[in-house]
Amino acid sequence: MNLEKINLISFGYFEKGLLDKIAMDVEREFLLPVRTREGHLDLSQFFEPSRRQYDGFRLLKVVDASFAEENDKTLGIFNVDLYIPILTYIFGQAYLNGRAGIASIYRLRNERYGIFKDEKILISRFRKEVIHELGHTFGLIHCFDPSCVMRSSTYVEDIDQKNHQLCRKCREQLGIQP
Amino acid sequence: MAKKISILIVDDEESVRDSLYNWFIEDGYHVECAENAKTALTMLQSESYHIILADIKMPGMDGLEMLKRIKSLKSDAIVIIMTAFATVDTAVQALKDGAFDYVTKPFDPDDLSHLIRNASKQISLIEENEILKDKVISLENVEDMIGQSEAMQVVFREIESVAQSNASVIITGESGTGKELVAKAIHANSPRKFFPMVSVHCGALTESLLESELFGHEKGAFTGAIYNRKGRFEMADSGTIFLDEIATISPKMQVELLRVLETKSFVRVGGNKEISSDFRVLCATNRDLKSMVEKGLFREDLFYRLNVVNINVPPLRDRAEDIPLLIEYFIKKYCASMNRPPIPIEPSALQRMESYAYPGNIRELENMIERAIVVGNGKKIMLRDLPLAKESVKPSFESLDDLGKKHILAILTKYSWNITVSAKALKLDRVTLYNKIKKYGLTPPK
Repeated sequence: MNLEKINLISFGYFEKGLLDKIAMDVEREFLLPVRTREGHLDLSQFFEPSRRQYDGFRLLKVVDASFAEENDKTLGIFNVDLYIPILTYIFGQAYLNGRAGIASIYRLRNERYGIFKDEKILISRFRKEVIHELGHTFGLIHCFDPSCVMRSSTYVEDIDQKNHQLCRKCREQLGIQP
Repeated sequence: MAKKISILIVDDEESVRDSLYNWFIEDGYHVECAENAKTALTMLQSESYHIILADIKMPGMDGLEMLKRIKSLKSDAIVIIMTAFATVDTAVQALKDGAFDYVTKPFDPDDLSHLIRNASKQISLIEENEILKDKVISLENVEDMIGQSEAMQVVFREIESVAQSNASVIITGESGTGKELVAKAIHANSPRKFFPMVSVHCGALTESLLESELFGHEKGAFTGAIYNRKGRFEMADSGTIFLDEIATISPKMQVELLRVLETKSFVRVGGNKEISSDFRVLCATNRDLKSMVEKGLFREDLFYRLNVVNINVPPLRDRAEDIPLLIEYFIKKYCASMNRPPIPIEPSALQRMESYAYPGNIRELENMIERAIVVGNGKKIMLRDLPLAKESVKPSFESLDDLGKKHILAILTKYSWNITVSAKALKLDRVTLYNKIKKYGLTPPK
């Protein structure tokens, strides 16, 4: 299959130009053009009142079914707290080797942890999370290289420890020249 | 990831199954799902999973019941029980039934990663344990059983062919040939290898002691029996019992032994409860049991019960070509036990050892090497380090005349048959020397 582009679709309110700030880094990592646009979804259908969170897995299914295109990789971007039934929260999720993924900026913000707002750190974390979830759609699994963007991160501090780039091994797996 | 860990998720909620599936495949695990316990048990019959994550509340069979069934199928299976409403009772029950962990939904992503990582470590330990077990067994197979000679190849083939069966074996051979090693090799290659091989040296025990040793005794059975004691037959349950020097047992013990071999059950000394044990019998002797049977010294019926297969271990003198290999092996063994690198053996010492007859067989050769390493200079085994070296100065069985003849010839040769000088060296007068040359028929070299 010849991939044509990567779509970053934002659902909800975001800081102005947030997607454009990371688009170039995403293009550089996967060597594919990135298109950014807004999407519309009634998020209340995905809200779970008992948890006060949004069902990440159902959102992923909808993004895949209604927004993803055959020759593209599509990532839905949200500004809400995501969960899956078994876990208290998730930063994002994607279909391994599929065409869609989701990521949320909600838990990437310093202010959620009682720390001062930091735009630079937020964009850095967001960039890494977007590239990480897209990596899964390209078939990459979690990497043991501590600096690789595909390393599993369960806390924001883990995200801060890694780079926003793929390691040599992951690049080789994608057939991208290191 | 070094190897792909497989996970089976068992939950009646589709959303839980799907989201967990998706979560785990991102980590590179092989994941499969089952919607209920029945499906999971069917899947477990055809496939083996490293980790089973199961919900406790499911329609039909619940997670705890499934856990019990899985454990009865595969006792080392790693089962993690998940629940939305944790209670102390169910947690205790799950852990009692052998669950690896018990977790309450939902949990932090980090906790899930830790949980799976810990389970993976456990899997590695189980697998490592299996590998080590195999290694120990294979080491036991070859330990001290050295030999490339045809005679030993026959023994190896016999061990291989008899190991898998349950047949009784009599191992015959001279003292020191390694009969117990043959027994160990048979046990180590048999399906009973994960159970003990219990050895009994029948010749070293009196009749009453042997009886108590083999069958055990109850508290108060005799003076000094202050505790119940398991006998060797009981200890060898599922394993092998090795009866060394079987020819030395008394006629009374022969009768008792025959009965135990026929019924596989016995009563402890001083007891009245019948105890059953599933053991295989291997025995060894350096005597000719058949001729003992003919002379009425050994029961014929017992002989035929024990002698289903006979393996004869050849004496070392009949497989002299194995001597250098054995020397090399024992040098390595004893140098290693003394934390030294292996040392070479001087050619004259090796030649001497190769030509020796070894009445004590391999045991004698082994002791010889151990002694040489201990008393030697630590760099090389020399002829003088061997007890065999003394043989060259041992008192000769030749007559005094023979010794005199040899000595006179040696002196004459030394002084080029100069009679005057030789007579002086021998402290004889010339006439006497001439007479002795004539008497012994000595002639100068041409």
